[in-house]
Amino acid sequence: MPRYIVSRLVATALMALLATLVIFLIANMVPGDPVLAQLGDVAASNKAFVAEWRAKWGLDLPLWERYLIFLKGLLHGDLGVSIASQRTLLENIGQYAPATIELATVGFLLSLLLGVPLGMLAAIKRDSWVDHVARAVSLVGVSSPTFWLAFIMLALFYGGLQIAPGPGRLDPIAFSPPTVTGLFLVDSLLAGDLESFRDAAAHLVLPSIVLAAATLGLITRTTRASMLDNLHQDYVRVARAKGLREGRIVNGHVLPNALIPIVTLGGLAYANLLTGAVMTETVFSWPGLGRYTFRSAEALDFPAIMGITLVVALTYLLINLVIDLSYALLDPRVAR
Amino acid sequence: MTAFDQASATLAALAPARSKGQRWRRRYGIAAIGAAIILVWVLIAILCSYLTPYSPDTVDVSIRLRPPSATHWLGTDELGRDVLTRLLYGSRISLFTGLVVVLLGGAFGTLVGGAAAFMRGRGEELIMRLTDLVLCFPPIILALAIAAALGIGTRNTIIAMLVVWWPKFARLAHSLVLVQRSQEYVEAAVVVGLKPARILLRHIIPNAVGPLIVLVTLDLGNAIITFAGLSFLGLGVVPPTPEWGSMVAEGRELVEQWWVAAFPGFAILSVVLGFNFLGDGVRDWLDPKARQR
Repeated sequence: MPRYIVSRLVATALMALLATLVIFLIANMVPGDPVLAQLGDVAASNKAFVAEWRAKWGLDLPLWERYLIFLKGLLHGDLGVSIASQRTLLENIGQYAPATIELATVGFLLSLLLGVPLGMLAAIKRDSWVDHVARAVSLVGVSSPTFWLAFIMLALFYGGLQIAPGPGRLDPIAFSPPTVTGLFLVDSLLAGDLESFRDAAAHLVLPSIVLAAATLGLITRTTRASMLDNLHQDYVRVARAKGLREGRIVNGHVLPNALIPIVTLGGLAYANLLTGAVMTETVFSWPGLGRYTFRSAEALDFPAIMGITLVVALTYLLINLVIDLSYALLDPRVAR
Repeated sequence: MTAFDQASATLAALAPARSKGQRWRRRYGIAAIGAAIILVWVLIAILCSYLTPYSPDTVDVSIRLRPPSATHWLGTDELGRDVLTRLLYGSRISLFTGLVVVLLGGAFGTLVGGAAAFMRGRGEELIMRLTDLVLCFPPIILALAIAAALGIGTRNTIIAMLVVWWPKFARLAHSLVLVQRSQEYVEAAVVVGLKPARILLRHIIPNAVGPLIVLVTLDLGNAIITFAGLSFLGLGVVPPTPEWGSMVAEGRELVEQWWVAAFPGFAILSVVLGFNFLGDGVRDWLDPKARQR
């Protein structure tokens, strides 16, 4: 086991290092001269000035040396400066992350709470109408463009029926609760402000449903397939032969085994949630990382896009590391 | 007609008589629906200039944001362009980019992954670690970064998508070829003295092709949705090219004029659903074990 952990840690660190190299190379293959883009024609025609400018930003150094400088900056948490906001990326990401974490957590819980029971039912009652409904739901969920689903929900429940609040995290005239964690649901409770809590919760409903739709299909199908696999195992037959009740067999024996593959889904689900967050937040004016990504792309704010990509990739690696390790805990054979 | 006759007729109607047609429907129904949807969209893409009296980019602000009516079935957008016309023309770019990305990315990934499994050793290690590296980025985010670096435009977005697209095919082909490699017919081919490239292309890949076909079919919908997503984010096509993702983006704040964004998104849903139905059907067909699940 310790050897497995060490080897996973080393592999992850190596991948992280390579990921920074990939980002750096993408950032430096920008066609078009950054000098021209930043200085304008008049300044760019002055050779001495250009040379000085290149030296100032280290553009006269060879590529590998620039990469080392970039790495050194990263170790100090320096992800660069966003062109559009003129603030460091670390500040921006710190500001926008809580909104996304709140939305993604609620969305993910929702997709688990709906997807696992739906997948279970579909497996137990195979080829019944429940199974067909589950299949339809997951197919439509996987096939819907998230940005469109978000728009439809907003147009229908806010614009048309007017039973849901509009875009944003809170009512436009409401004050946000005093910042402790940045998660409005938690902060409002900490401040004892139930009004605020209800407002924040109401604003979460539509976007979290949209976000959940993206992963729901994945979770439903995986649960169903894994349940079916386990339902045909010998240990189920033994349990039946012993005379255990069917409910006991399913909940006590099959489900715990069937849920193991769901854990490995974590990485994939994270990628889905993130893609979903970019689209959902854009449509719902949700002030999180997703909308920040969209805005950076729209403004071609290059350092911002690179910084976000790197943070996302590192988080992804970290999540996969946690999954690998927890998988080894759940199934010790993996670590051997 | 006696009461008995009537009752037996009712019973016959109620009984689950498994006619040939019913069995066919159970077996291929979903794939057939998917294929039909795709066929309709392909026909639309080919014939769209004959299907509509309007042109996709004629601007007429005097009729902007008109709701669906007899003259403009799906209404008009902010610049007074006919939404239905733009939607029909939009099928061209979606189908085209989907096909290009999946076929090119799939072919490249399959060859690279297959070759890696076939040659083993250092080369395999290098190629598979490279796939791991690309796969450690969520696809749309990496495509976004590359597309932003290359600049806006259909060609650049396709390139960006290709960079993130091949690894999953490489992985699948790698594992498929690994399985085939240990089969006796491969050993026989080696003994007979066939060249490795010939063994790989003529013998191993055809035997491992089933799961690849399933992945291609399912992935076409995926590629279409991703391209539309990148266009929605402003990176795919250059305006005023009619494209579904960018049409949704143009209408995303018009909650009152829902038709501008709602219909193009529905077009994406239908075509992606078509490919997913077809892919599901093809999987059941090629892999009877999966059907039982």
